[in-house]
Amino acid sequence: MTERNITVPFSKETASSLRSGDYVYLTGTIFVARDAAHKRMYEALQNHQPLPFDVNGQTIYYMGPSPAREGRPIGSAGPTTAGRMDRYTPSLLDLGLYGMIGKGKRTEEVKASIVKNGAVYFAAVGGAGALLSKCIKKSETIAYPDLGAEAILKLEVENFPVIVVIDSEGNDLYADVMASLS
Amino acid sequence: MARIIHTETITAAVKEMCIEANLFLSPDMTKAMQQATENESSTLGKKILLQLQENLEIAGKEQIPICQDTGMAVVFLEIGQEVSLNGPLLEDAVNEGVRQGYTEGYLRKSVVSDPLLRENTKDNTPAVIHTSIVAGDKIKITVAPKGFGSENMSRIFMLKPADGIDGVKQAVLQAIKDAGPNACPPIVVGVGIGGTFEKCALLAKHALTREIGVPSPLPHIAALEKELLASANQLGIGPGGLGGTQSALSVAVDTYPTHIAGLPVAVNICCHVNRHVTREL
Ligand code: SF4
Repeated sequence: MTERNITVPFSKETASSLRSGDYVYLTGTIFVARDAAHKRMYEALQNHQPLPFDVNGQTIYYMGPSPAREGRPIGSAGPTTAGRMDRYTPSLLDLGLYGMIGKGKRTEEVKASIVKNGAVYFAAVGGAGALLSKCIKKSETIAYPDLGAEAILKLEVENFPVIVVIDSEGNDLYADVMASLS
Repeated sequence: MARIIHTETITAAVKEMCIEANLFLSPDMTKAMQQATENESSTLGKKILLQLQENLEIAGKEQIPICQDTGMAVVFLEIGQEVSLNGPLLEDAVNEGVRQGYTEGYLRKSVVSDPLLRENTKDNTPAVIHTSIVAGDKIKITVAPKGFGSENMSRIFMLKPADGIDGVKQAVLQAIKDAGPNACPPIVVGVGIGGTFEKCALLAKHALTREIGVPSPLPHIAALEKELLASANQLGIGPGGLGGTQSALSVAVDTYPTHIAGLPVAVNICCHVNRHVTREL
């Protein structure tokens, strides 16, 4: 198991150097969007409207936090199931999105788009929302505030632990595990 | 004489139980997670389980929900038939408790009012309430907030009687395999066998509230639970679905009489954040 510390946003070179199975600590800026925000961004693209933030080179975390207590940047903040975003993902990858953080399987179409665009899909540990919350130092709502827990956020993270599941060559850790199922 | 219980005491209890369930796992679940951490043989799997241990500690100490998906509130009410209820309607009293718990406890509001129009109700109501009338003069309340990462991986199989116990085993293992990483393993599996279409689903849901490690009182079902747990852990799904020996913490099977022509099987999958709190009033 290779462990690495990288800063986000990261370069194309960094993206292509990550390998399925790597354990990575992310420090820097990431964006948060889940179901409803993806639907809206997708509709914006269909209508030739600008996205609320430039996804080029960025990383999106699929997450919907619990409310923050006073004095805290955010509440519990673990990953949600990535597969529900699959329908919208390839268009964002085509716009230069480099990283995605979630949990669970992706479709073959998303996998192909990851390879085509040299991107990477990370898993954060599902059900570790309190622990992950502690790695988030700042949170700011930057779009769709009316969506509540589904609004788009910009986060500052420090040593945020993730595991590379699908790398830019199309290696897929989940698929490897499933293929070895007895 | 009937014992009078004011439904406002139910509201107060439900409120506290929603908050408690989302900050602290029950002792049996905590123990099962510790055991899984000790037993896991994959390095990555162990690392993930250690993270989950740390997560539980932070959640309790700092009052941050164990998981951000604080669930849809499932509430089981066992009402003694010698109880007489006073005050607001029972259902309203329960929902008021959920509303207060989720709002005041900084829990996420994850419920939409209509499954197609999808507008958030902003207070996590309504709860899903299952009421049964039992002997006695007490009320037993179980609050079990259910996350949907794992709920979405649950299945119902309307098997044929000829499929028998092998068919049941295949169905359960298929559901566990298909859930894979999506249900946040290590998982807890609730299985309902028998009854009708809806009855077996309810059995499966209720089985998730059984104390981990307590087998079914029926010897043939206890044996089935043991075998299914062993088979599930041989699958190799592992913590986080990233490979390992600890894929499931428990398989609890509940049964009910059924029709001569049927063998319904429901598999309700729950993640390692299997939350349930019980109180008696
Ligand atoms: S499946 Fe469970 S642990 Fe995973 S995100 Fe949902 S509630 Fe949390």
